Amino acid sequence: MLLEVKSLHGAYGESKVLHGLDFVVEEGGVTTLLGANGAGKTTTLRAISGMIRTQGEILFAGRPIQGMATEAIAALGIAHVPDGRGTFMELTVEENLRLGSYTRNDKAGVATDLARMFDLFPRLNERLHQQAGTLSGGEQQMLAIARAMLLRPKLLLLDEPSFGLAPLIVREIFEILGRIVKESGLSILVVEQNASLALAIADRAYLLETGRFVMSGAAEDIRKDETLRRSYLGY
Amino acid sequence: MNLITSRYFPWVFLVAVAVLPLMFASDYKLFQFTMVVVYAIAVLGLNLLTGYNGQVSLGNGAFYAIGAYVTAIMMDKWDIPYWATIPFSAVICAGVGFLIGLPALRLGGMYLALTTFALAVATPQLLKYKLFDDYTGGVQGIVINKPDAPFGLPLNPDQWLYLFALTVGAILFILATNLVRGRIGRAMRAIRDQPLAAEAMGIDIAMFKTRTFALSAMFTGIAGSLGAITIQFVAPDAFGVPLSLTFFVGMVVGGGASIGGAIMGALFIQFIPNIADEISKAAPGAVYGLILIAFMFLLPGGLASLIRILKRKPA
Amino acid sequence: MDGFIHQIVSGIASGGIYASVALALVMIYQATHHVNFAQGEMAMFSTYIALTLIQAGVPYWAAFCITVPVSFVIGALIQRVVMEPLAKAPVLASVGVFIGLLLTFNSVAGWIFTYTLKPFPSPFGEGKPLFGGFVSRHELGSTAVTLVVLLSIWAFFRFTKLGLAMRAAAYNPVSSRLVGVPVNKMLALGWGLAASIGAIAGMMVAPVIFLDPNMMAGVLLYAFAGALLGGITNPLGAVVGGFIVGIIENLGGAYVVGTELKLTTALFIIVVVLTVKPAGLFGKTLVSRV
Repeated sequence: MLLEVKSLHGAYGESKVLHGLDFVVEEGGVTTLLGANGAGKTTTLRAISGMIRTQGEILFAGRPIQGMATEAIAALGIAHVPDGRGTFMELTVEENLRLGSYTRNDKAGVATDLARMFDLFPRLNERLHQQAGTLSGGEQQMLAIARAMLLRPKLLLLDEPSFGLAPLIVREIFEILGRIVKESGLSILVVEQNASLALAIADRAYLLETGRFVMSGAAEDIRKDETLRRSYLGY
Repeated sequence: MNLITSRYFPWVFLVAVAVLPLMFASDYKLFQFTMVVVYAIAVLGLNLLTGYNGQVSLGNGAFYAIGAYVTAIMMDKWDIPYWATIPFSAVICAGVGFLIGLPALRLGGMYLALTTFALAVATPQLLKYKLFDDYTGGVQGIVINKPDAPFGLPLNPDQWLYLFALTVGAILFILATNLVRGRIGRAMRAIRDQPLAAEAMGIDIAMFKTRTFALSAMFTGIAGSLGAITIQFVAPDAFGVPLSLTFFVGMVVGGGASIGGAIMGALFIQFIPNIADEISKAAPGAVYGLILIAFMFLLPGGLASLIRILKRKPA
Repeated sequence: MDGFIHQIVSGIASGGIYASVALALVMIYQATHHVNFAQGEMAMFSTYIALTLIQAGVPYWAAFCITVPVSFVIGALIQRVVMEPLAKAPVLASVGVFIGLLLTFNSVAGWIFTYTLKPFPSPFGEGKPLFGGFVSRHELGSTAVTLVVLLSIWAFFRFTKLGLAMRAAAYNPVSSRLVGVPVNKMLALGWGLAASIGAIAGMMVAPVIFLDPNMMAGVLLYAFAGALLGGITNPLGAVVGGFIVGIIENLGGAYVVGTELKLTTALFIIVVVLTVKPAGLFGKTLVSRV
């Protein structure tokens, strides 16, 4: 088990957002957290990255990571593409990518990974010396994924990669994500409002409603079960 | 115990501070108490601007300087009686404050602090400027006379001056109290805490901010006038950064958004440096510096908030 | 004409000092959106450390090389101990703390070193002015030192991993943490670096204006003016602004307002920039499509 979360409670100040979540992310493959706006998806990812205070237990590769600093958690191999993509707007595309590999010292490995990212996202290579703030939304999402991948993570947390993007670009990005998973054996925990999109690449899914799981199971089963989809996911 | 919370307390307090020093204090002590009143007015002016309205000023010493010079020049050049100079000083300072408040509108918090700090640094230089020499007396400054008690009152000049300053101060404190308790005070605080909401509620932020600036300058200018009369002397180097920062310290120590805090702040800046001075010439600055930092960490609401906290606890 | 050229040269020399302090201010401003009112007093204090070392018999450049890292440590410590806990405090609180630091440094310096003006040695010798009398040895030397400092800082931020991480931490702390950058350490490093730059500026200006606890008040004001003129969000702009202010100050002092109103010139520049073009001459307005 790569990530184990046990009875996770979280709050922003006074308002409680998470009410005891239990879930796991297995080694390799895609796990998705589905749910409407405000269900607690983003909060869950923030809790894993140590960006908010939580109660409960979070184990990464068997090791408790709760209470650790965000940067230390990243150094363990958890990359996080936050909501809004977290682009360093004022820096160039190249500098954004260099920051992705901040925790690493293997220059050769970084160079290989960088070349691989340019294969997957050729547009980033074209815009290497451009200010990242001038990229389109889709390009920024690609940059964010590439930046996260340069950490060479064991677990990649993705917060709504489809948000605000045109369907065509979303499809492109998800297709590339699928390829990354297949060839790297990476584990991904992706949070999405767009359930059909996420279920298409996911192995396992959890459905979140106001801070509680109301359903979980193999992604394929949920995809096939029309009543489940209709009643919970609305498509 | 209920005396302090009673609504008559301010009046009892006022009569007590008016009568007791006249009976018991030496002339030098009276001079010091007069300066407490002067500082209390100046700190109150800063409280209105920074504490209530959230516009951080590090340069209110400039308004104090203008008030002091208006009074000194009018008394020295045109033999105008001291009491008659105060309305002029109030009006002129309010005008200057309004004008400075205009560009200040566009400056968010930090920038305003920076600009007013620059104003404080430049003030002595401006006062020394040779074109104004004929009026300001340049580096030498102006010496003025201490007024005697009028109507043949059986008071010496120090006693009379104390009562005079106290009267002016009391009027200004009553004015400020009524102001901050009413609609205007609510608007001032709303602009400080929730500028967007304040705007949505239809509060004309620009107008309130510039007028608060004018008001603050007026209070501080009147304090400057009274200060000049009390010290009987004005000179450029007394009105630099240290003076502005002294008011700032008084505001923080007393408590920014508090009328009574201004009095506590004034007592602090009048008496603590005197005590610290006996240790070293540098000690008052060090005390100010460390106290500022300590208050920001431990008691950001100043002494006034401490009293509020103590009151809430049942004895 | 000769006088004019000399004023410009002097302006560049003092402009270098203002540019350094302006850069120090901008570094902290970018990371925290705070204006460090104590920057000048910290530099003054560092200069006293250098003087103490020199008077104890340490050779000038050795004293220089000790003072810079000591100032770095002082700056980093202040960030860690005093500023970090107040990172999210309102403007009034941070201004209060900065003013508190200013007063503390000023009076502690006065306490230890007294308020009398003290001469500070120049490492570039007295000697005759160079290049037909247009530039004194100290002006030339201090300008060279300043330029070396500014260039090294630029190269550090531009080409090193640590420099990039510091910039990232300033621009976007949340994302920086997510890629593994320890943001708080970067802030402390930034403070240390700013304090070191200030220390060098202090040591370069002290031979010209003499050392006393209030030495840096004017310099700080010109640095404010320079930073704002160039754009407080743009380090390079702030440096250029510092040089421009140095030249304006000297020419203005010699030909327009006279030396008595030099400080007022700085105030004037600050007010004009903030009201007419708050972003400064080179302040970047970021184009972003999201």
